Amino acid sequence: MSPHALDGEDPDRLYTVTGGRSRAEDTGLDLVTLVVSESDAAPGMQSEHARILRLARRPTSVVELSADLALPVSVVKILLADLLDRGMVSARHPSSATAGARLPDPDFLRKVLVGLSNL
Amino acid sequence: MDSATSDPGAHTRPPLRATASDGVKIVVVGGFGVGKTTMVRAVSEIRPLSTEEVMTQAGVGVDDTAGARGKTTTTIAFDFGRISLDEELVLYLFGAPGQKRFWFLWDQLFSGTLGVVVLVDAHRIEDSWYAVDRLEHHGIPFIVARNRFEPVAHTLEELREALDLPEEVPVVECDARDRESSKRVLLALVDHLYALSSAPSARETAS
Repeated sequence: MSPHALDGEDPDRLYTVTGGRSRAEDTGLDLVTLVVSESDAAPGMQSEHARILRLARRPTSVVELSADLALPVSVVKILLADLLDRGMVSARHPSSATAGARLPDPDFLRKVLVGLSNL
Repeated sequence: MDSATSDPGAHTRPPLRATASDGVKIVVVGGFGVGKTTMVRAVSEIRPLSTEEVMTQAGVGVDDTAGARGKTTTTIAFDFGRISLDEELVLYLFGAPGQKRFWFLWDQLFSGTLGVVVLVDAHRIEDSWYAVDRLEHHGIPFIVARNRFEPVAHTLEELREALDLPEEVPVVECDARDRESSKRVLLALVDHLYALSSAPSARETAS
């Protein structure tokens, strides 16, 4: 499969890729959730699933997978939900997105500041 | 790695550390051509990638006489880069347009964002009005950075007035092409967040 412009994406293809499911918001996956493969791609697997397993051998964010697969973020989330259900990938969720409060605590922000300063 | 031909992008960028576990988001919002991608590229450890999100929703009004076909699709494209901050933390920096359909997707894509940089073109300040209005409406912390392509006649204080910004919102100058300058913008944002978070009233107002 060659990368292609998303703007020209055929809605029917997206429907096929996701099996018609459209509940990306229920997956609990964030743009920056880091995904890690827990198993190898198996023969006969849906090609998008196999590609995700190859791409995520090292931690890879949902949004990077979306760019690599040239598929909208919500489609990738649905594909990942399948793999999570089968235990074929694990997900490392962002702490800031689950904290609830709008502002992270100062200790967390201090770590971000230190990281940026060291660039 | 197998299939090097089918995933060209993934094999030309460095992988994250195996210990990477916590993704963090900062969004750079600005009008067309203001330099969002330039800024992302200046600080990112990977060449900026781009993708998009599509949202389909029922047309306005449940009793839409058009029937089941009354659906609208919203699509926004955005660029992003990546900065590994330490063994666990990975910052993703998103460059996104500030137009109306973008805010439509804000909650779906960017909830939990640490903060926002509004990148302003000194000659097209009006492009930023809508973004500033939306950020204030959503209560999302932000700073304003003026991208200085060329000498500008107005001071940063005049920019603050033109955007009707509250005193506590930092306004800085930058050159989005320059790594150090762009890094200072991010530091100014996180400094601002730190001050907000450390303020005695931060906990109460956040809830």
